[in-house]
Amino acid sequence: MVITGVCLLAFLVVLCFFLGYMERKVAAFMEIRLGPNRVGPKGSMQIVADTVKLLFKEGLTPDGADKFLFNLAPFIVVITSMLVVAPIAYARDFQLWDINIGVLYVSSISSMAVIGILMAGWSSSNKYSLIGAMRSGAQIVSYELSIGLSLISIVILSGSLQLSEIIESQANGWWIFKGHIPVIISFVIFIIASTAEINRAPFDLTEAEQELTGGFHTEYAGMKFAMFLLSEYINLFVVSAIAATIFLGGWMPFHIGGLDAFNHIMDYIPSSIWFFGKTFLIIFIIMWFRWTFPRLRIDQLLNLEWKYLLPISMVNILLVTAMAIMGWHF
Amino acid sequence: MGSSALILLLICGIAFAGGGILLSKALAKTSQNLQKGLPYECGIPTIGTSWIQFNVGYYLFALIFLVFDVELVFMYPWAVVVKEVGMAALIEILIFIFILFMGFLYAWRKGALKWI
Repeated sequence: MVITGVCLLAFLVVLCFFLGYMERKVAAFMEIRLGPNRVGPKGSMQIVADTVKLLFKEGLTPDGADKFLFNLAPFIVVITSMLVVAPIAYARDFQLWDINIGVLYVSSISSMAVIGILMAGWSSSNKYSLIGAMRSGAQIVSYELSIGLSLISIVILSGSLQLSEIIESQANGWWIFKGHIPVIISFVIFIIASTAEINRAPFDLTEAEQELTGGFHTEYAGMKFAMFLLSEYINLFVVSAIAATIFLGGWMPFHIGGLDAFNHIMDYIPSSIWFFGKTFLIIFIIMWFRWTFPRLRIDQLLNLEWKYLLPISMVNILLVTAMAIMGWHF
Repeated sequence: MGSSALILLLICGIAFAGGGILLSKALAKTSQNLQKGLPYECGIPTIGTSWIQFNVGYYLFALIFLVFDVELVFMYPWAVVVKEVGMAALIEILIFIFILFMGFLYAWRKGALKWI
């Protein structure tokens, strides 16, 4: 139990380091720069150096702050983002907790992060923080609906909430391929909505640097700030992993019907490589968004969700249901 | 490893966040001065309290969200059995979504989705 816990923590920390490194390198690649290249080979130790720097920073609590809530918020944010990791299937038969309501579990726990963010913003006693937190609250609760509806479309098709069964149902083809147009629509909606849910650009209104300095974590310093950063990266990984599991077949290898030789070669690639490959592809796409789209305004953000994504995904649910029951194809 | 994973992750989270913050507290140098505890601003002290009344728009969206979230919770069990139930499930959900959509359109027409 202790060993599992230590391994898990080590895995998550290494993952966050890697994502931090990847974020900088992808940003540099998009802007034709070099990115970090001084500390360690190819700059790979830069993020470790940054962590050590944050460790030596004083964790400041402002005088006017609500001290208890202010110190509780990083805990809540980290714990919720860690709890979501439980039902993810990393490889064949390698799952921490194969809970039978996996999809519901993920969507319910991940929506709890908003409590930590609102708590952080409110208790900081800073106007920037409060605006950031309120925006974040409105944004996360709104986009949660689209995420839920796009997940439900796959639940309808596979007939199970358990993540392992959803993966099994994709043995003869990933949902994105055999689900036709309705599933592609829900995949696109899922990617857009989850980018908003984890507060990443172009939906990073909660920490829009140019207008709110740091958003809800303006007042946080040192390790407490690092906790927010860490949970942000874990959330990024989790939503990508869920998208890869639900739509892209999790650890299932890529098969083309009829091409047996090709399928055999694909089977030789380990299942964990398939899972992480798909996950990092989606992470790369979400990072790509950041350097492609300008930031939205709060009213545009809410319009996009309530006037476009939500009606579309509700109609989409009906299409998927018709597809599942009557065997129609679109 | 079953539901004990939940407890394990909970302990991991608390240990990680607590350990990190405590370690930083032990390692970091501290200093005190008059300006340090002030809220972060662009250079001048903050005017008035930061805990102010907020734009009502946020609360309106939260209320509409509540309606749809309950709908979503209803749809999860429905989605699991929809293939077994067959046609009846489709008709039921059509009626359900129709009623919900009418309410949504009403809220839209009344301007609940308009940002003030």
